[in-house]
Amino acid sequence: MKPAPFAYCRPGSLTDAVAALAGDPGAKVLAGGQSLVPLLSMRLAAPSMLVDINGLPGLDTITVDDDGVTVGALARHADVLGSADVRRVQPLVTMALSHVAHATIRNRGTTVGSLVHADAAAEMPVVLSLLGGSLEVEGPDGRRTIPADELYVGPMESSVRHDEIAVSAHFPALATGAGVAFEEIARRHGDYALVGAAALVEGDSVKVGYLSVADTPTVVDLSGVSDDRLGDAALEHLEPGADIHATADYRAQLVRVLTARVVRSAREGAQ
Amino acid sequence: MSEERHDVVLTVNGTGHPISVPARRLLSDALRHDLGLTGTHVGCEHGVCGACTVLVDGRPMRSCLLFAVSAQGAEITTVEGLTNADGSLGPVQQAFLECHGLQCGFCTPGFLTTITAGLRENPSPTHEEAIDMIAGNLCRCTGYQNIVKSVERAAEIARTGGPHAQPPRPPEPEAGQLDYEERADDSASTGLGG
Repeated sequence: MKPAPFAYCRPGSLTDAVAALAGDPGAKVLAGGQSLVPLLSMRLAAPSMLVDINGLPGLDTITVDDDGVTVGALARHADVLGSADVRRVQPLVTMALSHVAHATIRNRGTTVGSLVHADAAAEMPVVLSLLGGSLEVEGPDGRRTIPADELYVGPMESSVRHDEIAVSAHFPALATGAGVAFEEIARRHGDYALVGAAALVEGDSVKVGYLSVADTPTVVDLSGVSDDRLGDAALEHLEPGADIHATADYRAQLVRVLTARVVRSAREGAQ
Repeated sequence: MSEERHDVVLTVNGTGHPISVPARRLLSDALRHDLGLTGTHVGCEHGVCGACTVLVDGRPMRSCLLFAVSAQGAEITTVEGLTNADGSLGPVQQAFLECHGLQCGFCTPGFLTTITAGLRENPSPTHEEAIDMIAGNLCRCTGYQNIVKSVERAAEIARTGGPHAQPPRPPEPEAGQLDYEERADDSASTGLGG
């Protein structure tokens, strides 16, 4: 349970960090490390170099305005979760973050790191996808913005290129009259969810995002679907799997139950 | 091929420790092997059990999910740093002793650090908040009931008793009870130094 050897650098500027990444095709970015370090210790990953971005200035920001919430690459989950401004402008971010691991992990783990890690069992990728947010990345050719619907391309795979560093993520504000809700079922609060669901209701539009029941963070448009068919309609787009924690049938049942709950709760919030 | 080493100064419990470590040295291993501070225990080594929890700039973090090289410049507090300046038990340690908050003691350092920070943030937790405070730590012996009691007792000691709360008194031996000395000695085996 020890990581394989790797080279290490802790650059002092974003330009140097990008250059270090570009100079080694086996390099990985280290931010909070709460997903990466277990992978290294279990030797599921063995990068040749870690580029530690924890020394980069100006990336631990949380900016809130009428457009939404912009979270810098070094903002820890705990700080985003604790922000009253974030809760006011986009409450879904706060609701979902309270389910991200345990408090001790949230003290180190970063929200942007979780987005880039692209785990379909994680909360924040689904939230970014459902809200139609975006990720800003810096590479050798400068900055670009990746919309959430182009970010997740496969299991644990994002469209961030190897020599790019995610610098911030943008979660759009909750529109007036819109409602959101988040629920998940886990064996223990803070553990990986068996199933999780996030809803965004805006007028006649009903969208629900799911975690742990597809290979990638998946958002299903349920606008116009009758209330008694919401879960079944969603399941047409999902692939609940079986593991030691739950059967596929049980996960499908949780999809039905959670879908009804989050849609109802989001509608209540919208009023 | 010899592995490249990095010079790091780890600040632990107020003291700077210069060490030279490979980049892959986990903070938990650096504390135990390089610094000899074996109070920090290593359980699962992938962030699940919480036994290795230390305070980094006052916040609880998993030392098995941090690299020693990344901890340069941070103020680290381990379980060794939780005793009072005069060597007496800190409020959380005292509460664990009083409430039988531990049995084998393996998970205890992680609980003590987590609760110390938790009570700093929330000095008067409700019963539910006390449970939530320790939800990220695993214990295989106690069934958690006495640990939750310890959280509540520690809050009480910190509020009222200050650092010098009365140590628990062993029960008065009844007349004719001959094995009292032996039983009283058990308190020395709690791993809290009695």
